[in-house]
Amino acid sequence: MAVSGLLFIAFTLVHMYGNLKAFSGQEKFNDYAHHLREFGEPILPYEGFLWITRVGLLVALVAHVTSAVILARRASRARTTKYQYKKNKHSALSSRTMRWGGAALLLFIIWHLVNFSFGKVNPQTGETGAAAGDPYTLMVDTFDVWWMTVIYLVAMLALGFHLHHGTWSATQTLGYTNTATSRQRAKQAGWLLAIVIAGGFSLVPLSVMFGIIE
Amino acid sequence: MKLTLKIWRQATTDATGAMHTYQLDGVSEDMSFLEMLDVLNEQLNASDEEPIAFDSDCREGICGMCGLMINGQAHGPEVTTTCQLHMRSFKDGDEITIEPWRADAFPVLKDLCVDRSALDRMIQSGGYISANTGSAPDAHAAPVEKKKADRAFDVATCIGCGACVAACPNGSASLFLGAKITHLGELPQGQPERWDRVIGMVSQHDHDGFGGCTNIGECASACPKEIPLDVISQLNKDLRTAMVKGR
Repeated sequence: MAVSGLLFIAFTLVHMYGNLKAFSGQEKFNDYAHHLREFGEPILPYEGFLWITRVGLLVALVAHVTSAVILARRASRARTTKYQYKKNKHSALSSRTMRWGGAALLLFIIWHLVNFSFGKVNPQTGETGAAAGDPYTLMVDTFDVWWMTVIYLVAMLALGFHLHHGTWSATQTLGYTNTATSRQRAKQAGWLLAIVIAGGFSLVPLSVMFGIIE
Repeated sequence: MKLTLKIWRQATTDATGAMHTYQLDGVSEDMSFLEMLDVLNEQLNASDEEPIAFDSDCREGICGMCGLMINGQAHGPEVTTTCQLHMRSFKDGDEITIEPWRADAFPVLKDLCVDRSALDRMIQSGGYISANTGSAPDAHAAPVEKKKADRAFDVATCIGCGACVAACPNGSASLFLGAKITHLGELPQGQPERWDRVIGMVSQHDHDGFGGCTNIGECASACPKEIPLDVISQLNKDLRTAMVKGR
C-alpha cells in the first residue's frame, strides 16, 4: 500500500508538471505529448517509455487496490457489532475517507483514460479517436464543458484528500516517523503535496473555464 | 445532578444485547464515573433488578481494568481512564450512552465487561524478555542511554486497557503492539529477542482478528496514557527489519 502509493505520488507530481505546459500554448503542449512517446529513443522503441510507465502504474494499481480491499475486509471483520454512538476525536477527515475517496478516484481515472488516453472522447463535439482533435484541442474542448470541469475539480479535491493522508501514512507504514518531529514533518509534507499536486492539476481546467487558456 | 443513562445490557456472550435507558438522580459532580454506576447499581438492587456488570479494580487509573465507551469516546471526554473520569465533566440533564469496547477480538462477557485475553496472548507471543532467576543484577549493570530510557519509560506506561482498539475505526491493536515493541526494543534487555518478538506479536494480533492499521490516529487520542503514534512507526520499522533478517 505504502510503496505503490509513493509511486503514485511521484507519478502525479510529474504528470501535474507536464500538464502545466498547457500554459505555453497549443504547439508546446502537443510537442510535449509527442515527446513522451519519443522519450528514451533510440535505446527505447517508440512509445517504449510510455508503456513501461503504463505497466508499472497498472502493477502499482493492482497492489494498491488489493491492499485496500484486504484492509477494508479485515476492518469489517474486526468489529461486526457496531457502536450505537461513536465520536471521532482528533483524526483528520481525509484519513477516514480514504476508502470512499479511493473508489471515487478509481472511477475518475477510468473516465480520465477514456477521455484523454485510450478512447479520446471529445465531450463537446462527440467525436472519438483521432477525430477528437490534437491533445491541446481535446483538452480545451473538454474543459469548455462546465460539468466536465466540475467533475475534474471534484476529483482533484478527492486526490488532495487522498494525498494529504496518504503521504504521511506511507512514511508511517514504512517506519520513518519514529519521533514527534518526523511525524510532524510527514504531515506537513502531506499538506504540501496535496496542495501542490491537486492545486497544480486544477489550474488547467480552471484556466480554460476562465478563458486564460483557449 | 440528574442523568439519563443509555446502557448496553447483555446477559451472556451468546445472548442478544440491547440498549436500556435508566434515570438516575442525586449524582454529585465529585463522584467518579464508576461511583455513579455504583449508585445506579444500588438503585437496581433495591428494586430487585440485575445490577449492571462493569470492570474495575484499582480505581486510581493505573491498572487498566476499567474501560467503557462513554458518549462514543473510549474512557469518555477526558484524557484519562474511566475510573478517573469525574461527573464534573458532565452536566445536569445530560444523556450518557455507555457501551462496552466493540471488537470481535474482545467478546462481551456480560453487559459492559469484555474479555481482553487477546492482549495477554499478544504478550505471550513475544512481549517479554527471558531473564534468569536468582539475585537481581545491579540496577546500573547495563547502561541505558538517557534518551532511550525516557522513551522506553514513556511507552511502558501502557496499562493494556484496550481503549486504542475500542477507538480504532479499523479495530486494530497497533498502538498497544507498538507500545510493547518500543518499550522492550529501546532497552538492552530487549535486544536478544527483538526480531522474533515483533513477528510473534504481529502474527498473534492478526490471528486474533484485530484489524489492520491505516494510521488514522484515533487510538493515540483515546489513550489515557497518551502513548504517541510514533510507536506504530517503530513497530513497522522493527517488522521491516525482522523481515529483512528473514525471521
